[in-house]
Amino acid sequence: MNIKELVIISGKGGTGKTSLTAALAKLSGHCVLADCDVDAADLHLVTSPQREKEEPFMAGWEAVIDSQKCVGCGICQNLCRYGAVLNSTQTDTKSTVKFVIEKAFCEGCGVCVWGCPAEAIELKSKLSGQWFQSRTPYGPMIHARLGIASENSGKLVSQVRFLAKEIAQAEQYDLIITDGPPGIGCPVIASITGASHLLVVTEPTLSGAHDLERVLKLAAHFQLSVSVCINKWDLNPEQTGLIENQALNHKAKLAGRIPYDPVFSEAQVKGISVSEMDSIPVKEAVDHIWSHLKSYL
Amino acid sequence: MMNYPPLQIAIASGKGGTGKTTLAVNLAFALEVPVRLLDCDVEEPNAHLYFYAGLKESVPVSVQVPEIDFALCQFCGDCSRFCRFNALAVGKKTALVFKELCHNCGGCKLVCPHQAIREVPWVIGKKEIVSQDSVELIQGCLDIGRVQASPLIRIIRKEASKDKLTLIDCPPGTTCPMIAAVEGSDYALLVTEPTPFGLNDLKLAVETLRVLKIPFGIILNRSQGKDSIIHSYCREEGINILMEIPDRRQIAEACSRGELAFCQDEEIRSQLRELLPTIMMQINFSMVSPEGVRP
Amino acid sequence: MKIAITSQGETLAAQAEERFGRCRWILIIDTETGNLVARDNEIQRDAVQGAGIQTAEKILREEVDCVVTGHCGPKAFRVLQAAGIKIYLGAEGTGEKVLKDFQEGKLKLAETSDVEGHWV
Repeated sequence: MNIKELVIISGKGGTGKTSLTAALAKLSGHCVLADCDVDAADLHLVTSPQREKEEPFMAGWEAVIDSQKCVGCGICQNLCRYGAVLNSTQTDTKSTVKFVIEKAFCEGCGVCVWGCPAEAIELKSKLSGQWFQSRTPYGPMIHARLGIASENSGKLVSQVRFLAKEIAQAEQYDLIITDGPPGIGCPVIASITGASHLLVVTEPTLSGAHDLERVLKLAAHFQLSVSVCINKWDLNPEQTGLIENQALNHKAKLAGRIPYDPVFSEAQVKGISVSEMDSIPVKEAVDHIWSHLKSYL
Repeated sequence: MMNYPPLQIAIASGKGGTGKTTLAVNLAFALEVPVRLLDCDVEEPNAHLYFYAGLKESVPVSVQVPEIDFALCQFCGDCSRFCRFNALAVGKKTALVFKELCHNCGGCKLVCPHQAIREVPWVIGKKEIVSQDSVELIQGCLDIGRVQASPLIRIIRKEASKDKLTLIDCPPGTTCPMIAAVEGSDYALLVTEPTPFGLNDLKLAVETLRVLKIPFGIILNRSQGKDSIIHSYCREEGINILMEIPDRRQIAEACSRGELAFCQDEEIRSQLRELLPTIMMQINFSMVSPEGVRP
Repeated sequence: MKIAITSQGETLAAQAEERFGRCRWILIIDTETGNLVARDNEIQRDAVQGAGIQTAEKILREEVDCVVTGHCGPKAFRVLQAAGIKIYLGAEGTGEKVLKDFQEGKLKLAETSDVEGHWV
């Protein structure tokens, strides 16, 4: 079976990407959901998932100093370029100043391990987060949570997409809807490569336009089919027009416009998608976008 | 005119789009004292959009990456075996460096038995500067296709002023780039909104700042004026809501036009100016409380 | 001639692996003697980044003439190309079938990488 993957990103945060993802999932009625915004995962708040599976996500390394073996020479502190070696507040009976690793700054390079004359440091594999498999009314959902101060290298994002594809194949789903992360960095690249179609959700502000420009360049770099939709378009109709022209200049399609409506927040409070709320304008707008997207996929 | 000590105040949030940049820029202008503003949201720097002057100075920013001297390299592969980031590949007669994977730890140069590795600069983005009235903006902008957000943030972060107030507009989230931006700050303002997404992401940001031992307070944006899930969370956790910005369509419209919407409203503007004295009191307080002592 | 095939198992009876960097096994086959050696590549499955680069480096040590795999990203391609190793893409089915396809000239010699890096 040919599985299509629709990835929804925004460049700028807070444009309503996750709310729209949930609404499109509801309209599709039958799809696998993947939440690739692993740094601030919110899709589970509006798709009423039942958790089926929870697994640790190990990635990278972190240095650990054995205080018994540490002789307090400070070589590790001089070698570390990340400022991750701190003076310990504890001293031994001979008042030797010992060192500790601040996990939040350690990148697991191993330079301290190499330099330590007392063999007091070792690299341990690092618990960097968790991933989950859940069941929503529309189908299975793969989501994840990256640990604090972890590196969002894109590996967890790739893992979420891989698992989503696996479950789509196993359970014969022909559509995956992916909620992507904000920005244009590693996690975004890991979310969009190989997607069937990319929907960019933006808003009619200067920053929305500015971030859209960067995201569209990235999409062009990866030669992806892309469309743009403008949320809260009526806040600034003039800017909306400018953004739509900007999208057309980048050969992106126009998926539609959504009016400014408090149902976006109200739906979150109720833990449901915006298309389940009784706002006719929003419902019509989302229906319109969905019919466009179906023809792009 | 009142002046402030050279404090470093980070403006952060777990969730994107809560109004971090809007708050940072409006606060910088509302204070009417010399302020340096660092835009550390290097993937999508937006603070400059509020400056009509346009970006003036632009300096390329680079990180150090290894370069192999083939006159000395014996293709032993020690560097590649050492590199935890898989940034080097050594064959019988070839040795390649993948700069985009390098974390600049310096390990390959240390372990090379033939001194065949030196470090050379590699441009990852730029540092741009613009001044308007009393505000001096320094922003980092990551080149498209580059992935080294954290190293660029650390470089921009070093521009914190030694003699005036520095405000830092941080990237969203709780991973490396956010840590790189808030680290070293005296205080953090967490901007959130009264929605479940806002609350969920606020909790992550609070957890992060507690790990970093940075004192913080909450700015509730788009407040409906009534008791919200953010209020009850803050009550339970004993966190201060320093200020509430009302959810008004006029504000959203002014923001969309790129105007200093908070400064246009007399009441919000005066509340912004009261933030600094409140923060300073809180920092003094937390310096004597055992929980708040910085390492 | 020596060739390397990315594989899901230790023998030619196993399915060939389409993914280059994160393949479980690398089969090294000497087409003249028929000799086969299987190299374990499990460690790359957990690599945070650069799995393709390290898998390619491992293959360089085997002094093979060509690599047969499903898809290959830009970084691994650079490593193999720099060492003068030819890369054939489109491997599908068991190792035996892939080897036969290769010998019959059914697989295409890659001039560039055919997939984007996964950035992990």
